[in-house]
Amino acid sequence: MGVGITVENLNAWFGKHHALHDVSMIADANKCTAIIGPSGCGKSTFIRCLNRMHEVIPEARATGSVRVGEVDIYNGTSAVQVRRRVGMVFQRPNPFPSMTVFDNVAAGLKLNGIAPGKKELEELVERALRGAALWDEVKDTMKKKSGASLSGGQQQRLCIARTMAVEPEVVLMDEPCSALDPISTGKIEELIFQLKEKFTIVIVTHNMQQAARVAEFTGFFLMGRLIEFDRTEKVFTKPSDKRTEDYITGRFG
Amino acid sequence: MSNAALGAPLPSGADEPGKALEVAPAIPKKTDISRAWFGDKSFYAIVVACGTSVLVIVGLILYELISRSDLAWKAFGFKFFVGQDWDPVNDHYGALPFVYGTVVSSLLALLLAVPVSMGVAIFITEMCPRRLKTFLSFMTELLAAIPSVIYGLWAIFVLVPLLRENVEPFLIKTLGWTGLFAGQPFGIGMLAAGIILAIMVVPIISSMAREVMTAVPSAQREAVYALGATRWEMIRMGVLRNARAGIVGGVILGLGRALGETMAVTMVIGNRPEISKLTEALFAPAHTMASVIANEFSEATGDLYLSALIEVGLALFVVTVIVNILAQLLVWSVTRGMPARGNG
Ligand SMILES: Nc1ncnc2c1ncn2[C@@H]1O[C@H](COP(=O)(O)OP(=O)(O)O)[C@@H](O)[C@H]1O
Ligand SMILES: [Mg+2]
Repeated sequence: MGVGITVENLNAWFGKHHALHDVSMIADANKCTAIIGPSGCGKSTFIRCLNRMHEVIPEARATGSVRVGEVDIYNGTSAVQVRRRVGMVFQRPNPFPSMTVFDNVAAGLKLNGIAPGKKELEELVERALRGAALWDEVKDTMKKKSGASLSGGQQQRLCIARTMAVEPEVVLMDEPCSALDPISTGKIEELIFQLKEKFTIVIVTHNMQQAARVAEFTGFFLMGRLIEFDRTEKVFTKPSDKRTEDYITGRFG
Repeated sequence: MSNAALGAPLPSGADEPGKALEVAPAIPKKTDISRAWFGDKSFYAIVVACGTSVLVIVGLILYELISRSDLAWKAFGFKFFVGQDWDPVNDHYGALPFVYGTVVSSLLALLLAVPVSMGVAIFITEMCPRRLKTFLSFMTELLAAIPSVIYGLWAIFVLVPLLRENVEPFLIKTLGWTGLFAGQPFGIGMLAAGIILAIMVVPIISSMAREVMTAVPSAQREAVYALGATRWEMIRMGVLRNARAGIVGGVILGLGRALGETMAVTMVIGNRPEISKLTEALFAPAHTMASVIANEFSEATGDLYLSALIEVGLALFVVTVIVNILAQLLVWSVTRGMPARGNG
């Protein structure tokens, strides 16, 4: 089951560059929340703060509070524990090229010490691959083919399977379709509808139609600030801020 | 394979720090202006000549080695490499003790150098602060630039007495029961050679490992982190796993260097053509293929004696060339096909 995320006064820096200013919002459990905005406005920075991936970059830091469920992830817990509960799918598919498709999915399970038995491992991998709508395409070759031998869209679904396999409560997606063709994009959007039953989803997207299709809530970022956050229909039909209206009507960005 | 020559056993103690020579004759674009055309043509010709001359030199060296070792080959055949007797007085030659010395001292060097090199490479690429990074890389590379005779001197005056008076007696006392540390603590011998070789190959292996580890895209590191990995798990799964072919290539490159190293080894190994008992192998004096050539070449008066030494050189040449080619192929397999770091 998914859990909600509560963000309060989140600020983030890259060295001296102040990339996020006082962001506060709530992402509901088992809903999809979309983050939109022009390039460089801090969308990636924002979602990378939700699983403490931001701090992987040298000299990057963040302040404020982010609660995943009841846990304040920047206080009294470790980044490793946070990332086990909050999974992430990246903009470019990044399967492990030196592992088979099967081992790619099993990687997280092995890391986290889940699934001691061989049979149980196979079941969990199958479940994750089915969940990512990839099972039928790879079931015969998954123990021979490298993860890098799949097509771009399959690779991204493999990354989704790898993330789902460790059963996180939240899945973050940073423009998961921007490197994919329309058909693969459609498959992943369909997948997001199913994933919502099990996880809370926060998705960054460049594509406003995509946000309108998959997300119940949408946040609009501009220059490191959250300008507007509301139900998706409201943001796209009756935005309360002039800058949001300018963006969604294509006047800039 | 222009860089193959680097692995050749130069008598001066091949000191190149494992850098590959790049000779890539780029095909120049044609222009309409005849002066530029002529310039292009002559430049092209010069570059091609330089490129091929490397191959010609390697070929000529090989030819000389083969033709001059002919006498010994005819006299002993393949038994030359399995014979244990190296007896210039009776004009009977078997090279096994040198093969043994070269192989064992080089493997010992790798045994000591590989863990240290991996530690150095992992520390530099994954852990140390950015400013220290450049400094440390520079310092390890500097180690490769020290002439091997200097290492030899240091070994004679510092390492060997230390081994003789402290390390070897200590090993005999505490680990003697394992059966691997028996014999006399001479100081000079296989262990000293292995240690000095290890110090000399650490810069090669660690800089190669550093290079291939840096070539692993950051997207791979982040993918592992995002699954909830600790830093060590990330290094293991995200970095080492992706770089392993290149790391093995670096190790083999180090092996090539250790096999051919002459000066420092001959100064500390004891230069005795004997295969000692397994239990005493570590402390006993030995001889290597490179060191016997360097030591006995000037006094090799008989034709057969000279020919035998050249045959040792031929064997060393062939082995090091193969080892270097193998290493280079492995390193390429990693550094090609991988986008630079910071991608994704
Ligand atoms: N690794 C980094 N180092 C320094 N600055 C960065 C880094 N990544 C992003 N930034 C800066 O932070 C700001 C927000 O970037 P980002 O969150 O990637 O934007 P978006 O995902 O919305 O396109 C930009 O001004 C960008 O230049
Ligand atoms: Mg981005």
